[in-house]
Amino acid sequence: MSMEWMAWTPVTACFFIFIILMLIGMTVWHQISPTFESKGFLPMKTTRGDRLFIGLLGSAYIYLIWIIITEASLWFVMPIALLYIFIVMKFG
Amino acid sequence: MDKWEDNKAWFLVVPVFLIVAFSAIIPLMTVVNYSIQDILAPGKGVFVGVEWFREILSDSRLHGALIRQIIYTFSILAIEIPLGIMIALLMPARGFSSSISLVIVAIPLLIPWNVVGTIFQIFGRGDIGLGGAFLHKIGIDYNYASDSVDAWLTVLTMDVWHWTPLVVLLCFAGLRAIPDAYYQAAKIDGASKWAVFRFIQLPKLKGVLIIAVLLRFMDSFMIYTEPFVLSGGGPGNATTFLSQYLAQLAIGQFDLGPAAAFSLIYFLIILLFCFIFYTFMQNAEKENG
Repeated sequence: MSMEWMAWTPVTACFFIFIILMLIGMTVWHQISPTFESKGFLPMKTTRGDRLFIGLLGSAYIYLIWIIITEASLWFVMPIALLYIFIVMKFG
Repeated sequence: MDKWEDNKAWFLVVPVFLIVAFSAIIPLMTVVNYSIQDILAPGKGVFVGVEWFREILSDSRLHGALIRQIIYTFSILAIEIPLGIMIALLMPARGFSSSISLVIVAIPLLIPWNVVGTIFQIFGRGDIGLGGAFLHKIGIDYNYASDSVDAWLTVLTMDVWHWTPLVVLLCFAGLRAIPDAYYQAAKIDGASKWAVFRFIQLPKLKGVLIIAVLLRFMDSFMIYTEPFVLSGGGPGNATTFLSQYLAQLAIGQFDLGPAAAFSLIYFLIILLFCFIFYTFMQNAEKENG
């Protein structure tokens, strides 16, 4: 079966491989050290997986806002998005 | 029990996983792939980076469709939720009349979206439609095909007629789940009808109301068929909501790249709202114990 219609590019392939690896990593992490609900600065109790989801969703919005306000490269916004994910994962 | 045996249930999830993979994950991956390319023909794409996202995010027609969508969705919620509660409160609680009213209320839910659009398209016509002809008769110049306000009122009426029954059924089920002891205690205290509603029924309906709001929000935010059948998104762009604008881009103009970028932004908006509602639901459930 030809997969040509899916129009894969190296960038999107890396993106999805990263997502899959992240899911596997979270599963392994949970097996080694199970997550429990905890309360940080977010308005509700969250598990590690919840915080990752909030981090990823929020970082997608950070990228969109960056695209709206500037034409500069997305590499510049990457540290901001990573910092946001780290803060949510650590203190959320 | 052996741990392996205990995990055998996972195998039962495999068929669902495969179906979801083919119906949702693979198309979503394709959309992501298309969103960063200019697709000239199947298998012929030119990498353009985030160009389509930039174009879509600065598209004034998209902004218009998004504003209309938000106004439409919140109007729907503001009408359907109170109306649904009111009808559920007025419905007979038990007996034969209760069954009859439940069946009557549920009828609009059985009608497919495109049929609802066709019904209102004919119903609203000034020459042969019952509603349109009646309005003309009493001197109201109603024409959904040429007047934006009329088109909006018709689309809103159509949705309210079609989907308020869902809110009614949910509220009715919620009301029936309240134990009689609450009403007896209220009666002993001499509580008014309003006090019973405000302090017993409404708090107990919180769970079902959140589900109703979530379902109605999701569904109305993705509305496509009814306004498309009624007026094709017109007059002008008056009833062109997000889904229809997306379809125009993807199918009408065959701009697959921008349409894919738009789909992903649309997906992120829905994901955000779903997450907010889900969090509210979780918190409400915990409060209710």
